[in-house]
Amino acid sequence: MSERLPVRKTYKLFIGGSFPRSESGRTYEAEGQNVARASRKDVRDAVRAARGAQPKWAGATAYNRGQVLYRIAEMIEARVAEFAELCSGRDEVERSIDRIVWYAGWADKLPQVLGGSNPVAGPYFNFTVPEPTGVVAVLAPHDPPLLGLVTRVLPPLVGGNAVVAVASEDRPLAAIELAEGLATSDVPGGVVNLLTGQHAELAPVLASHMDVNAIDIGGANGDASELERLAADNVKRVVHGRADVQSPWEIASFLELKTVWHPMGQ
Amino acid sequence: MAELDKTRTEVGVPDDWTYASAPESRDIVHLADRYGYYIGGEWLEPAETYETIAPRDEEPLAAVGQGTPDDVGRAVVAAREAFADGWSSLPGSERAKYLFRIARLLQERSREFAVLESLNGGKPIKESRDVDLPLAAAHFFYYAGWADKLEYAFPNRRPRPVGVAGQIIPWNFPLLMLAWKIAPALACGNTVVLKPAETTPLTALLFCDVLRQAELPPGVVNIVTGDGRTGAAIVEHEDVDKIAFTGSTEVGKAIQRHVAGTGKKLTLELGGKAANIVFDDAALDQAVEGIVNGIYFNQGHVCCAGSRLFVQESIYEPLVAKLERRLTTLRVGDPLDKNTDVGAINSAAQLEKIRELVASGVEEGAEIYQPPCVLPEKGYWFAPTVFTNVAQSYRIAQEEIFGPVLSVLTFRTPEEAVEKANNTPYGLSAGVWTEKGSRILWMAQRLRAGVVWANTFNRFDPGSPFGGYKESGFGREGGRHGLEPYLRFDE
Repeated sequence: MSERLPVRKTYKLFIGGSFPRSESGRTYEAEGQNVARASRKDVRDAVRAARGAQPKWAGATAYNRGQVLYRIAEMIEARVAEFAELCSGRDEVERSIDRIVWYAGWADKLPQVLGGSNPVAGPYFNFTVPEPTGVVAVLAPHDPPLLGLVTRVLPPLVGGNAVVAVASEDRPLAAIELAEGLATSDVPGGVVNLLTGQHAELAPVLASHMDVNAIDIGGANGDASELERLAADNVKRVVHGRADVQSPWEIASFLELKTVWHPMGQ
Repeated sequence: MAELDKTRTEVGVPDDWTYASAPESRDIVHLADRYGYYIGGEWLEPAETYETIAPRDEEPLAAVGQGTPDDVGRAVVAAREAFADGWSSLPGSERAKYLFRIARLLQERSREFAVLESLNGGKPIKESRDVDLPLAAAHFFYYAGWADKLEYAFPNRRPRPVGVAGQIIPWNFPLLMLAWKIAPALACGNTVVLKPAETTPLTALLFCDVLRQAELPPGVVNIVTGDGRTGAAIVEHEDVDKIAFTGSTEVGKAIQRHVAGTGKKLTLELGGKAANIVFDDAALDQAVEGIVNGIYFNQGHVCCAGSRLFVQESIYEPLVAKLERRLTTLRVGDPLDKNTDVGAINSAAQLEKIRELVASGVEEGAEIYQPPCVLPEKGYWFAPTVFTNVAQSYRIAQEEIFGPVLSVLTFRTPEEAVEKANNTPYGLSAGVWTEKGSRILWMAQRLRAGVVWANTFNRFDPGSPFGGYKESGFGREGGRHGLEPYLRFDE
């Protein structure tokens, strides 16, 4: 007779490793839930958190970054049933997990595939290494809600960037669930920041933000040309990411190449 | 002392060390009075022309075309036809041989090109002869070899040419920048519409004669001269598939905005404000040479110039003393004189910009040093300049001057050097001077710049990728990485 009343979840943002509500106090209804509707200021906070966390993430050993990313897969694997409820089902969750594992394995292989030593006509050891571009903004595809987000967030992440991602607008719950997975894995706070809200409102703020180095506008539902124009303010790298793709060149889109001339002599 | 001087005079030792003039003959260069556009392998008469001059004495050299959107349109049509009519489907091994031919022809005619480069651009013949020309030829030779090996450069990606590449190049290394643009584009099977800089079109126009000698199929390379309006016409043309631009960050941003939403591929190689960092254990005399090469090479008209010198505090005074003394031995003057170290400023507009920024440095409170040197009366000249007592907030420490002007700042620890060096929206290049190998690599890892030179500066090689971080642009030129901007992939 007295059936237990379940405790409901409050759906919040994920910024700097914490779960704040939107500073604006706004929510919007999606998938039958009230979800935080991030504001311009939330975007700025998320970018600040990302910038703060990025150097340490990039400075971790590649082996370590690979293990941390693999740990995300472990966390999701343990909650497959919950994630399956929030996307197209078990298959999407399993593909997302496998994609994370695939990218985790790239962390310590990128320099060998993307860089190398260069023969120059002089007494120098000349080599090129890939390095993260810095803070990357991602407009996640609207569908699939989990796999799309994983597909777009992992490539910049594995390369040592910090990410500010805006979740699928209509189906944001999988992203929030993923944030909880990230919080319980070993990804340092601020390395991945997930916002929920309206793409049309948040995308231009990210595209014109002077402390964002690259933006993936694959999931933009507004005017992509306008976002590209705004991105020119600080010569951002603009990526048109696809929702379901898996390739090291996806990682390369968010990397810079540094060439060093080291002297040789006795 | 007086007696010693007398002795010297008696044995005929000059009391000053003025060099006798050693002019390079310009007879080797035969200029036409007037140049048109090189489109589809033919010369097209321009409707409107302007005079291109020698910055050393403002001598008019030739009339060149001011390309209109229609002229650009004709060039794009020629490039599209050449692309479709065979160039893109030519076996890579055959494309390679054209590029090898071009490399050889540039080597054979290198002195002619070097003299013309110095005449039209103002750079010392020593540099155009020993740097620009050898590197331009080497660039073609390097990319020639890639033309039939692209599938090894990008395994499993099925590389294909992009189509018609629109290329806009600057006036600081006119022929070398042409080589950086055209060589990888052709190696990858693209055709080209290139606009040389407004003030330095002549070596690009002479290059058309090399193309004739190489028997490159008509339309594969088209050259349209003109000012920024001509460049804008290339950027805005609907049938151009890829834009490659080298120039200022301001124009680069404008191009990025124009290209937005068009799906055109884009690479930008933009401005810089490089840090050149000298630690107290560095070989000081060697470092002084590197500092001089870093900022006075090509009159400082170098996007990767080491324009911000960071000196570790403990060696600040001896280093600045050595540097200022070294400046007194720099020979400023006729670009065609083989002894000249610093030539003419490229244009009146650039000279004005340098003067304005230098005045701001004095105004803001920096201390200026210029060695005593007599500048020629005609032409555009600016003495090598060092600013000390510079705060990071001064315009001379923040803005790209693109002239022979160095700002000296100090640091105490490696961490501080990194923080100050990275405190700029630019990220093209950096230099580190230390005898400690581990510190070189530690610094190199932390400097946010596309190229880091250790115990050297301003070195270039066709095999070495070059390009910027942050607002210095994106994409790389040189090396295997320099192919990617000119390819699409069927993945």
